[in-house]
Amino acid sequence: MSGRTAFDLSLAQALIDRKRDTPGATLPILHDLQEQFGYIDDRVVPLVADALNISRAETLGVISFYHDFHRSPFDGRVLKLCRAESCQSMGCEDLVSHLELRHGIKVDDEDDHSPLHIKTVYCLGNCALSPAALIDGEPIGRLDRDRIDAIVAAAQGKTQ
Amino acid sequence: MSVRVFISADSSALSVGADRVADAIHSEARGRGLDIEPVRTGSRGLFWLEPLVEVETAAGRVGYGPIAPGETAQLFDAGFLSGGTHPKALGPVDGIPYLAKQQRLIFARCGLTDPLSLDDYRRHGGLRGLERALALGPTATIEEVLASGLRGRGGAGFPTGIKWRTTAGVEADQKYVVCNADEGDSGTFADRMLMEGDPFLLIEGMAIAGVSVGATQGYVYIRSEYPHAFATSQRAIERARAGGLLGPSVLGSSRAFDLEARLGAGAYICGEETSLLQSLEGKRGQIRVKPPLPAISGLFGKPTVINNVLSFASTPWILEYGAKAYAAYGVGRSLGSQPFQLAGNIRYGGLVELAFGATLRELVEGFGGGTRTGRPIRAVQVGGPLGAYLPESLLDTPLDYESMAAAGAMLGHGGIVVFDDSVDMARQARFAMEFCAKESCGKCTPCRIGSTRGVETVDKIIAGQDRPKNVQLLRDLCEVMTDGSLCALGGLAPMPVLSALNHFSEDFAKAPTRVAAE
Repeated sequence: MSGRTAFDLSLAQALIDRKRDTPGATLPILHDLQEQFGYIDDRVVPLVADALNISRAETLGVISFYHDFHRSPFDGRVLKLCRAESCQSMGCEDLVSHLELRHGIKVDDEDDHSPLHIKTVYCLGNCALSPAALIDGEPIGRLDRDRIDAIVAAAQGKTQ
Repeated sequence: MSVRVFISADSSALSVGADRVADAIHSEARGRGLDIEPVRTGSRGLFWLEPLVEVETAAGRVGYGPIAPGETAQLFDAGFLSGGTHPKALGPVDGIPYLAKQQRLIFARCGLTDPLSLDDYRRHGGLRGLERALALGPTATIEEVLASGLRGRGGAGFPTGIKWRTTAGVEADQKYVVCNADEGDSGTFADRMLMEGDPFLLIEGMAIAGVSVGATQGYVYIRSEYPHAFATSQRAIERARAGGLLGPSVLGSSRAFDLEARLGAGAYICGEETSLLQSLEGKRGQIRVKPPLPAISGLFGKPTVINNVLSFASTPWILEYGAKAYAAYGVGRSLGSQPFQLAGNIRYGGLVELAFGATLRELVEGFGGGTRTGRPIRAVQVGGPLGAYLPESLLDTPLDYESMAAAGAMLGHGGIVVFDDSVDMARQARFAMEFCAKESCGKCTPCRIGSTRGVETVDKIIAGQDRPKNVQLLRDLCEVMTDGSLCALGGLAPMPVLSALNHFSEDFAKAPTRVAAE
């Protein structure tokens, strides 16, 4: 999630037009839109549908199928926390309860407006250094409570 | 002359500070007026040693690791640029037993070279397989792949050569080669390491497939959880195009082949080949009924070779050294090498490429050194979230397709996740169902609904409700899911559940506890 800008219909249309002739353009276009605005605004649905000659229902169906795409804007940093088996074996669920008990941050809470969002993912391919996470695209291995505390503090703008 | 210093830019190495170490070495060298040439490589796959710093010396490449950014001044004081002694010194990296004992065919170059240098790739033996394929021609190339006995490394183990021969035999105005790089199984990272550490090998393998079956366009479908692998692949494709490896004339031949990297969007099911094709076409990743096979009617309805990263990456070696040399590795019908991935609660986690046939114990104890926590091993899950949990008593099972199947397990993509004795296997069984419920594409009712009912049933067992009845219900449900699902997600999600029930029944009979809301 980098370089988010406020939603702008003509910019959205330009992004759609750039890739509309690519074979199987739906995912590349949706990725571009989310990269630009931080989310997929409902106003782009008819534009994407029209450009790709598919129905609005199909377009929404694609958006809702994939975990990555979300339809409402949010600010703040995103920590993708791996909760698959390898990270379970090294205590990722302890980190989940630590986040909630110590910091009051619930994992996968869509309505949360705190500066740090924790999103469950299943496997980041860093399984030899579990528990693993990605914070705004930057990989973290051997994540522990101290590191979580530092990430929360940094996201809240506090110095450690 | 400047001294070459190698530090991995693999995302696992970055996750423990490789960039900070590289920066610290750079500024320390500058401060001391020393002339060094930093090279960012892939990873050797010895992840407990990352960040690993290697230096080219008269005695070969020597290693130091794991190095913290604050330790770099000490390294210079110890004269590491000429291989000086230091508490973190590892000696010649090739001599580290973990690496020396491996049989690296696919990962021979990973960690040695600059992943984005095509010259480096050539200097280290790259492109010889593709050159030979172009000299042999399509039919002989496919025969070579068939004769090697190579089976799909994504998990299903279907013979790669048969897929290629099928696609080659279909007349069509357009054919495709698709790489399944949606490596979603927990405990696996070989595809990621290869795409980050030696991406030209994958490109070469896909080009071999393309020129053999008559496909001119290829796609690499990479999961979005792998942003570094995606970025490296994109850059490698650009350079391969600039270097004449891809494009209208592959290595100066009359054959055309081009590639594009595509990003997934967070859906485990897209690792299933027909879902992946749907996703590439811009649709929901819902699986398709087979037949028609993708080899005949695949991407956009055209004949398509779809293989895993490691399958494609095996073919340059096969073409270079011949099918017979490849088939000399391995056992029975599991020929060649498999990159195993040691993960989870393990002391020495990393990538171990070996010929098929080594036992699970040799991997987790011999290479892995047991658990990281130092507690006894209780369970080992092989083959990702759909693979079986094996108890200590089955650790002597050889790792090949047939022996694993005989043990009620599967090799999958070669991921091995170790758990110590603190694991609660009833909860692991619950998770297997929960994961299936979250990731089901919804096509088949037993998978879509059954997995949710499975979670509820395991919860009842944990809570102590009607245990014998609910255990039987869970087994019946597993049977329905296995028999009534089209693809491996619903069909194999019962495998971890049943293996937990069969091997760790005591965990389903413990004093009832309240199930935490998740």
